[in-house]
Amino acid sequence: MVYYILRRLAVSILLIIFVSLISFSLIFASGDPAAKLAGEGGSAADAARLASQYGFDQPLVVQYLKWLTAVAQGDFGVSLYFGRPVQELLSQHFALTAKLGGMAMVLALLIAIPLGIAAGRWPKSLIDRLAMGFTAFSQAIPPFCLAFLLIICFSVKNTWLPASGFDTWKHYLMPTVVLAVFATPAIIRLMKAEMETVLRSDYVRTARAMGLGSNKILLKYALRNALRPIVSLAAAQMGTLLAGSVVVETVFAINGAGQLAWVSILRGDFPAIQALILIFSLFYIALTLCADVVNGWLDPRVRALR
Amino acid sequence: MRNILNTLRLGKRTSVILLALLVCAGLLGPFFLQHDPYTQDLLARMHEPVWSDEGDWTHLLGTDHLGRDVLARVLYGVRVSALIGISVALMGCLIGTTLGVLGGYFGGTTDRVISFLITARLSLPIILVALAVVSLAESSLLIVVLVLGLLLWERYALVARTMATGLRQAEFVVAARIQGCSHLQIMWHEIMPNLFGNLVIIGTIEAAMAITLEASLSFLGLGVPPPLPSLGLMIAEGKEHILFQPSLVLIPSVVLFLLVLCVNHCGESIRNAQRKD
Amino acid sequence: MDHQEKLLRVVGLNVDITGGLVTKKVVRDVSFSVDQGQTLCIVGESGCGKSLTALSLLGLLPVGAERRVSQLRFKDVEMSTLSQYELGALRGARIAMIFQDPMTSLNPVFTVGTQLVDILLQHKPVTRREAIDRAKYLLTRVGINNPEVRLKQYPHELSGGLRQRVMIAMALMCGPELLVADEPTTALDVTVQAELLDLLKDIQQEFKLGLIFISHDLGLVAKIADQVMVMYAGEVVEAGAASEVLRNPMHPYTELLLRCIPRPGHTVPKSVLSSISGTIPPFEDEIVGCPFYDRCPIKEAACKLPGVQLDSRGAHQILCIKPGALRMGEQQ
Repeated sequence: MVYYILRRLAVSILLIIFVSLISFSLIFASGDPAAKLAGEGGSAADAARLASQYGFDQPLVVQYLKWLTAVAQGDFGVSLYFGRPVQELLSQHFALTAKLGGMAMVLALLIAIPLGIAAGRWPKSLIDRLAMGFTAFSQAIPPFCLAFLLIICFSVKNTWLPASGFDTWKHYLMPTVVLAVFATPAIIRLMKAEMETVLRSDYVRTARAMGLGSNKILLKYALRNALRPIVSLAAAQMGTLLAGSVVVETVFAINGAGQLAWVSILRGDFPAIQALILIFSLFYIALTLCADVVNGWLDPRVRALR
Repeated sequence: MRNILNTLRLGKRTSVILLALLVCAGLLGPFFLQHDPYTQDLLARMHEPVWSDEGDWTHLLGTDHLGRDVLARVLYGVRVSALIGISVALMGCLIGTTLGVLGGYFGGTTDRVISFLITARLSLPIILVALAVVSLAESSLLIVVLVLGLLLWERYALVARTMATGLRQAEFVVAARIQGCSHLQIMWHEIMPNLFGNLVIIGTIEAAMAITLEASLSFLGLGVPPPLPSLGLMIAEGKEHILFQPSLVLIPSVVLFLLVLCVNHCGESIRNAQRKD
Repeated sequence: MDHQEKLLRVVGLNVDITGGLVTKKVVRDVSFSVDQGQTLCIVGESGCGKSLTALSLLGLLPVGAERRVSQLRFKDVEMSTLSQYELGALRGARIAMIFQDPMTSLNPVFTVGTQLVDILLQHKPVTRREAIDRAKYLLTRVGINNPEVRLKQYPHELSGGLRQRVMIAMALMCGPELLVADEPTTALDVTVQAELLDLLKDIQQEFKLGLIFISHDLGLVAKIADQVMVMYAGEVVEAGAASEVLRNPMHPYTELLLRCIPRPGHTVPKSVLSSISGTIPPFEDEIVGCPFYDRCPIKEAACKLPGVQLDSRGAHQILCIKPGALRMGEQQ
């Protein structure tokens, strides 16, 4: 297990380097970042001055290595738009997004796992069809549409919930629901499919042959086997969820990392964009690593992997 | 009870018909309309749809804040969405399947490199990368398609890789190898036909995904550039007027929802049909 | 025969599998009984319905398969009318079952100990401590050294033979009266097979178990059986005391099966050894007359008549109009 985790760590470090390369080179998607910075009215001289100021005139490798060394020391540079160190902005905004994402994930799991278990246990039953109907709905509705639907229902027609801001628990209600609905369908589907497979397995037949109670079989013997892919998926979904907060935070005017990303992108704030993409990727990589550890705890065969 | 079950089951067939109708309307509708989606008519701004009290028959679904006909814009929006969905799905298929089959068929180092690429792609936040690139590289329909196509290929790659790994040892592949077929021939003639069914299913998933993503990009103001009508853009523009005329948000939302719902459902019908064979 | 003596009595057992529009009759009108302390072997090639017969006894049929039975009496309990819940109280406690593939039949994510202990806790009012002691005792009894260590191990850390021993220990946890063993040794090495067979025999004597042993291997059957029931295409074609059936096979199918066993000193013509030609008739059709008709080397028109059915010669039952004809014919 230790060896397995170490190997996964090594791959993760390679991944981080690769991903950092991508986040770094993204700013060259515009061609010449200096010209972009100088703006449409900017002269070639302005561009050249900016290029030397931000080091764009140096070879790419040198730029990248400089950036990477700084990043490794926690220095993401200074935001062009806010005029403050990027890491300061990150620490200020990321907590909110992580909190929102965490709550949404908990809600999503609370909905999806029981529904998926029931749907897999009683296929073609009413509960299965309802779960599948909900899945089809939540898969098809874009998050911002759902957000507006909720706003129209709960903030415009009635005034039960505030439509924007992030001061009280009421503010978090709608964004959490929107993000959770976004994450549920994949989990329900996988949970159902896994449960169906596991319930057909030989070891569940053994458990039945030994007369164990059906609840014990379902919730102990079958569930633990079915849960491993769910853990991996949930970690991946959590990563997607955090990145997906860019839409939700914009709609509900929540001043988190998602909104920070949106503003930085609109303003062409290179250092902030690079940092945010890298941070979201890092989160994803860290989450999948955690999932591996959890799976090692759930399944002894993972522990035995080398 | 039985009735509810039957209605839910009926959903599958209706979705195929509805999707066909939507796409046909998007493709052919504009030829029969008296309005085009770009013409502004500032005198006829913010008309309500026909079913409301103030609506009239000249603009079936009303007009937006610039007096453009909502019906015409929705139909064009469906066309744009369909175009994006299909081309992104095809592009992703090309990239993903190639990588997946190569990795699965050759195994070893090739496979390790390709698995690494898949993981790397998974760890990148799609929506942020897409937003950043589209914003930095001057938005256009082509850019949106290219960016989404370059991002949405990992599902194809994962499935193609798994299947190719399994097929590598299959008897007919070994037989072809012994007969002296080249690797390329084997991958094309022996492995690809077996992947086809799954690729079609993933294609529907990715198309739906691309449509939603494009709408999200447009909604954030960084999708296809205005005035090109896009469902996401219409929702974004409509949200300014959500208090006065909710239909400006609701109509494109419903159409977008139905479009994605139908594409997903079609994919599922194909999957079920394949499972029965 | 006295009804009270029988441990298990099955009359008119049918299993149907419904898939799409066709219904396959995979077990047709099978009747048998098992005495306490005795072994009944159900024999036949794969797909002849022997496993489904066993599963149907315990109500463990897979989804889509359905059981119809006129009588299914276990001692004083009529099992055919029990609910799944009531059956659950019998299964594992008084009737236990072990399966063919020990690699997949044990739960991979729980320790051997947990899986053993849970069974006893489910059926008997004992403490965890007592259940662990019982588990240790049984592991030792089925020939596993270091039971303390094994209890904490997971199935993937054990060999196939050890896993099958654990399965047997699981089956014995509650001290059952009837054990159903579905090809318990098929997936194992030959040497391990022999050991396990001896173990089963030992345990049967010690616990006075009724044993239903399912196998396609007549060599194994000869070593363990008191009674033998030969199945073909879901029907019983021959049944009776093991000594009688194996020494004096009357149905051509049994005879051909016996000839397939290679024996030292006997050189069997290769054509006979390799296989019995042909395949099992489709299960969708109603079988009239003898089910073995298509593949029988001595068939004649009368075999297809509706009157052909299982007939008794004393305790020996045969479904054939010319019992023993194949063997006699060759000896002439």
